[in-house]
Amino acid sequence: MKLTMASSPHNHSHKSVTRLMLTVIAACIPGVIAQVIFFGTGVLIQLLLALVCVSAFEAAIMLMRKRSIWPSLSDGSAWLTGVLLAISIPPLAPWWIIVIGCLFAIVIVKQLYGGLGFNLFNPAMAAYVLLLVSFPVQMTAWLPVTELLDTNITFSQQLSLIFSDFTALGYSLDQLRVGIDGSTMATPLDTLKTDIAHSLTVSESMQKPVFDQWVGLGWGWVNLAFLLGGLYLLKTKVINWHIPVSFIASLSLCAAIGYIASPGTEPGVVFHLFSGATMLGAFFIATDPVSAATTNRGRLIYGAAIGLIVYLIRTFGGFPDAIAFGVLLINIAVPLIDYYTQPRTYGHGAVK
Amino acid sequence: MEKLLEQIKKGTVWAFPGGVHPPQQKSLSNSAPIARLPLPEKLVLPLKQHIGASGKLIVEKNQHVLKGQALTKPSANWSVPIHAPTSGTIIDITPMPSAHPSALPELSIIIEPDGNDTWCELSPVTNPATASHDELVDVIHNAGISGMGGAGFPTYVKADIKQPIEFLIVNAVECEPYITADDTLMREHAAEIVKGIELMQQLLNPTLCIIGIEDNKPEAITAMTEAAKHNEHILIQTVPTVYPSGGEKQLIKLLTNREVPNGGIPADIGILVHNTGTLYAIAQAVYEGKPLIERVVTVTGNTIHNPGNVWALLGTEIKHLLDYQGFSPVPQQRVVMGGPMMGFTLPTVRIGVVKTTNCILAPDHNELAEPGPEKACIRCSACADACPASLLPQQLQWFAKSKEYDKLQEHNLFDCIECGACAYVCPSEIPLVQYYRVAKVEIKEQIAEKIKSDRAKERFDARKARLEQEQAERKNRHKRKPAAKTADEQQKVADALARVKDKAGNSDNKSAVAAAIARAKAKKQGGELEPDNSEVAKERAARKEQARLYKEQKAQNNGDDEPVDNKKSAVAAAIARAKAKKAAQANEQAPSDDTVSESPVAANDKKAAVAAAIARAKAKKAAQANEQAQSDDTVSESPVAANDKKAAVAAAIARAKAKKAAQANEQAQSDDTESESPAPAADDKKAAVAAAIARAKAKKAAQASEQAPSDDTVSESPVTTDDKKTAVAVAIARAKAKKAAQASELAQQNENAEPQGNDESSEGSQQTAQEKKKAAVAAAIARAKAKKQQKEGNDQS
Repeated sequence: MKLTMASSPHNHSHKSVTRLMLTVIAACIPGVIAQVIFFGTGVLIQLLLALVCVSAFEAAIMLMRKRSIWPSLSDGSAWLTGVLLAISIPPLAPWWIIVIGCLFAIVIVKQLYGGLGFNLFNPAMAAYVLLLVSFPVQMTAWLPVTELLDTNITFSQQLSLIFSDFTALGYSLDQLRVGIDGSTMATPLDTLKTDIAHSLTVSESMQKPVFDQWVGLGWGWVNLAFLLGGLYLLKTKVINWHIPVSFIASLSLCAAIGYIASPGTEPGVVFHLFSGATMLGAFFIATDPVSAATTNRGRLIYGAAIGLIVYLIRTFGGFPDAIAFGVLLINIAVPLIDYYTQPRTYGHGAVK
Repeated sequence: MEKLLEQIKKGTVWAFPGGVHPPQQKSLSNSAPIARLPLPEKLVLPLKQHIGASGKLIVEKNQHVLKGQALTKPSANWSVPIHAPTSGTIIDITPMPSAHPSALPELSIIIEPDGNDTWCELSPVTNPATASHDELVDVIHNAGISGMGGAGFPTYVKADIKQPIEFLIVNAVECEPYITADDTLMREHAAEIVKGIELMQQLLNPTLCIIGIEDNKPEAITAMTEAAKHNEHILIQTVPTVYPSGGEKQLIKLLTNREVPNGGIPADIGILVHNTGTLYAIAQAVYEGKPLIERVVTVTGNTIHNPGNVWALLGTEIKHLLDYQGFSPVPQQRVVMGGPMMGFTLPTVRIGVVKTTNCILAPDHNELAEPGPEKACIRCSACADACPASLLPQQLQWFAKSKEYDKLQEHNLFDCIECGACAYVCPSEIPLVQYYRVAKVEIKEQIAEKIKSDRAKERFDARKARLEQEQAERKNRHKRKPAAKTADEQQKVADALARVKDKAGNSDNKSAVAAAIARAKAKKQGGELEPDNSEVAKERAARKEQARLYKEQKAQNNGDDEPVDNKKSAVAAAIARAKAKKAAQANEQAPSDDTVSESPVAANDKKAAVAAAIARAKAKKAAQANEQAQSDDTVSESPVAANDKKAAVAAAIARAKAKKAAQANEQAQSDDTESESPAPAADDKKAAVAAAIARAKAKKAAQASEQAPSDDTVSESPVTTDDKKTAVAVAIARAKAKKAAQASELAQQNENAEPQGNDESSEGSQQTAQEKKKAAVAAAIARAKAKKQQKEGNDQS
């Protein structure tokens, strides 16, 4: 009888990379729904576009590397990158923004470094930063929540905006962003930053229509939705608690200290936690396993460092939000963090 | 300490990091009682079934053995015997595939059962409670008991451990999925196991015995609690079901919160761990006198119709077990010995059960999926979360792939217990454990290599040192030799001198007169030419130094090669002989013959020859330098008082002069010398060749110095290619000698100098024939030296 030889263990947990990636994508769904509710269906168009792009680029690179396409594509990592990028950029950004972003993320940040598992940087965030630096106008052109809009933009109009920069009626995105009061609407973080720069207090700024009671209108709900998805990831053990918890704790601590020190110019903990991409960053971006720290102590340091950088840039830097910068900066330090946070091996030291 | 004991007694169980929860699958096999199988057709018993050396074979082919009869006896350290599991005939003793991942053939005894199952005479310990420690250890040893949990460590070693044992831990965890051998054994034989525990308590006297059982074996817990309730030093501790809580180190952590230090053993922290099966075997050996010949094996898996536990005789082929439990293999069937996490697949089912075989698992592809293709590591570090040793499997994997062995060791690769938890959880299905195994073997090989090369280097260094020492000793001998000539040698030289002198005295009276005149002259000038003398002496010292340096160099080049030495001395002898001839030619024919016959003396002792050569070289130089006979005399005069050697030098100088004189007189002798030399040289071929070369040179030199050339030179010349350097040097020396001879004209001086040179034999200034002869020999030796020195001088210039 011919027997098959195999190396132990002969059992497997049936976890797979594909399942992990698809679970993360699934956990994005509440956040995407919230975005659709508050910012229109543009994000769905961007998602579709991104998925097509990343698949095409991944396949092309696999062809060039003379490898089979499906095993690489089916691990889902490229799709996750596309999804994260699509929900990070303004929903009505022109189509070429997402195309360039996907190209950069997949081809340069991921595949040129050797493919999945070898990239030093978070592909989605590296692409986001590239786009933000290269196309600051398009990348900051967030529409205000639909209820603040002068005109109701239909799906076809959004489609037209994304692909031709104008709606069928000839409105440009800039024209659409003009609020009821005639001023261009910015994101809450941006608005607050500008106002404080103009010597307004936080409470004065908060009177503006983009704000709800204490957070940006709509943005709070979007963050809550991502938090929900994140909790699902924690529950399914796709991610460990270390990074999100230390990130949120660090950002909260910084925000609290800032608020105590200067209540007039500091919006406080809740605002920081539920504005911009905080929750998306904490649970979906910073937890990218490939580019994050891998030891538990290292993860605590990693998350805390990102939280600190996010706070510093939001408060003192030139950009309204800083998740991407924070993640990329600390990506660089990951090998060092990992090296110095090795856990104590059984029987080594500290044994009485 | 007290606190720890209290905590343990309170039932505290600590936790170890990591661990996984693979599907248990225990219910497949734990419901039925342990079955007994009919005797198999044959039993294949490897001699070595444990860690350590195999026992010494004490049976032979075709011998009939009884059940329980020892087949091997302990020999080296850590060797335990094996016993016949049933009565039958040994049909073969041959290497058979072993129960090891490699299935490497191991020497095995193949027994064909006779079907009677007749026990040999059993001798249980009559009263174990009063038996001595050593007696019990011997019983355990001779019963062939080794750890039955997996590693197969000889149990008698553990029973005889010298360190104080605080906690005796009974490993009844059985954390591997599927396996229920210990579980069912505890259910059915709890009392015996407790007896085994009590024997170990008697042997080791621990403070407490803790039985660790996973909480998924409630029946076993009940049975053990019941059986152990009379003994207050036995504590049954329930541990949570986490794989690998049955790992020795993990169980120690679970039950005592202690960690076995890196590189240490549990006994270092006062803990000893035994498997339940082992303890049962101990009880059987002590109370029944039965050696370890069978064990409980779980036969399970979805391809088995009646999964369950069986009492399997050691050596029972796996095929027999599978057949009796009903086995329907699937395509690409895997048969695993051990559990699904740490077991290994068997290449064939014709492998015998050994003492460590606890499970035969024949799964289908649904329950244990075949491994998928390995994907890229996404650094999710699920492996690190699962690792019970707190390693970073993911990092280790990168280092193992890139063969960074230093970093692997830095990341404590060798603390990996290969439990497989990391590979179990890896979403990329990377066979992590396999990478570590390979890396471990490679590192071990590298270390072994290094040890080997270090040893080789050590040996090389030792050899070098020894050679150097020998060389130094040899050099010292060179230095000492001239001073301490053996009596024999001295006698020989003296004899030779006497003979030469005899002859000289007989044949030539004129030379005696001349010598007298020369001596007279020398005496007259003794104090007159001091400056000249000192200059020559300096020159001589310099040359001596040169000669010594050359010799050293040569000695180093040749090392201690005897043949080379022989050759060298032969060449030196030849040179000396050639010179002697020349000298003889210069003086008279009669002494020349003697000198030649004498030269082997020089050949015997290389050093003497070399010394002579140096002396001669000096003599020649001196002769060359001092055209006047008087100056020569002065030279020969001054060292007289010093010693033999100096005397010889002086003699050589004199001889050189004599030669010159003789040459001036008679040229015909050169032909004679030629014809004579082959006779003594015939003894030694090498010497002959050398002599030939020397002769050729002499001739050439003669030719150069306008003396009658010899046609022979041409015919000889091919020989010179053999040793070109020597030949050239000799030629130069010869030429110089001749020139010197040409220059000096006074034969009388020669005669005069001789007796003075050998001051031992010359009493006063009287010239006897003997003295003259002696001088002739000395001169020959001196000339040989001169040539060597010339040669050297030539080489160096």
